[in-house]
Amino acid sequence: MRRHLLSAGDLSREDAVLVLDTAEEMRSLADRPIKKLPALRGRTVVNLFFEDSTRTRISFEAAAKRLSADVINFAAKGSSVSKGESLKDTALTLQAMGADAIVVRHHSSGAPHRLASAQWTHGSVINAGDGTHEHPTQALLDAFTMRRHLGDLEGRRVTIVGDVLHSRVARSNALLLSTLGAEVTLVGPPTLLPVGVASWPVHTSYDLDSSIVKSDAVMMLRVQRERMNESFFPSAREYSRRYGLDTRRMALLPDHTLVLHPGPMNRGMEISADVADSTRSVIVEQVSNGVAVRMAVLYLLLSGSNVPIETPVGES
Amino acid sequence: MPAPAARVVLDERDIARALTRISHEILERNRGPADLLVLGIPTRGVPLARRLAARIDEVEGTVVPSGALDVTMYRDDLRLRPARTLEHTDIPHAGVDGKTVILVDDVLFSGRTIRAALDALNNLGRPRAVRLAVLVDRGHRELPIRADFVGKNLPTSLTEEVRVSVAEVDGHDEVLIATGSVAAATGEAR
Repeated sequence: MRRHLLSAGDLSREDAVLVLDTAEEMRSLADRPIKKLPALRGRTVVNLFFEDSTRTRISFEAAAKRLSADVINFAAKGSSVSKGESLKDTALTLQAMGADAIVVRHHSSGAPHRLASAQWTHGSVINAGDGTHEHPTQALLDAFTMRRHLGDLEGRRVTIVGDVLHSRVARSNALLLSTLGAEVTLVGPPTLLPVGVASWPVHTSYDLDSSIVKSDAVMMLRVQRERMNESFFPSAREYSRRYGLDTRRMALLPDHTLVLHPGPMNRGMEISADVADSTRSVIVEQVSNGVAVRMAVLYLLLSGSNVPIETPVGES
Repeated sequence: MPAPAARVVLDERDIARALTRISHEILERNRGPADLLVLGIPTRGVPLARRLAARIDEVEGTVVPSGALDVTMYRDDLRLRPARTLEHTDIPHAGVDGKTVILVDDVLFSGRTIRAALDALNNLGRPRAVRLAVLVDRGHRELPIRADFVGKNLPTSLTEEVRVSVAEVDGHDEVLIATGSVAAATGEAR
């Protein structure tokens, strides 16, 4: 494994499978009376969140605590960031406190990369979502959830629907799923597919009905109203009718097809309530798998020696 | 550098006899198969545990549960090396509470793996008793740990390597002892 996790695209197929296999072992911990492992005892994990989050922050915190790490939660609101402290000074402070890993969510794309490459900190940097760029642990937990239901993802068809332009989840999923051998189709209105999507390892389509009938999994993306300062589509109703997953469209899906959503959902917008609560929906499972996947990432990045060792030390 | 010499110390039939004897010793010590749970430590302890459980079953006609206990995250040398891959832990549904757990490993060396296993077991519940069965005890303990059931006591020097092969993992049953620098380089021995 590498030292940082910044992009789902950095993971080789072996790395990705190692994370998913490790997560499988971590998941069994949830059934045990003592949900704690000593692997990261004495390590410090900082959750550095410049942007709001429920699922990601809580599951990183739970993951680090289950591995016995010390967790420091840092939210930009209520810290010196609101007095104008820069990312660099914040990072130097965390370094001085001895952070072994920094889990960072930032509204600017590339902030985790800057943090990792600028040598402000010696710890591992884990990208927990940066702007409209990437969210690799979400892609890993989506792949993990799909793999549990569908088996090996080689040749499986995954359709990702909606606001791809603003979605870091879509980008990370497209990269990771194609690494794992799945066939990814992005579906959305032309205004919400990013420029340059032709160079991604995916197919694209503007028509949802024709794409979903041959899918093994359908991932609905949230319409990110907070990032939309222009009109990307005429009305919410029209969007919902053309790109929302409702009961009629669900009936078109093959029997085994899964429905995923990274959350938080806009019920009635991109997904209707009865689809979200249906038996094909694995949305709640995605959240509980998130803890196992993040434990796997933290374990693989942090449990070994900090210094890469060329030759193995003589074992006693 | 002389070519490292490898010598067979236990062949397939020796291993079979040792496992049969150990299964009888376990039954004798436990006064029957009641509440036994045989847990192997990956990789090669797991098939050995399964074979011991099957032999106890043959003798007593009672199914004895067996499983696997991965100790990777409890090791004391976790931070000295790059992150290790986890092995599968498989605890029978009834759990370990109140059971007499027989831990099974291929080689007993420093005792550190067994220390980790005791910690791992502690997080799973409270067994009535824990006993240790090993195929080979090669000495050089670094912790106050001893085996209750031993296939073969094998006095070794620290430069030697004990290499256990089991059919389920390696395709054949064999215990080798290798001398020379290969032993230190491969780090297979524990």
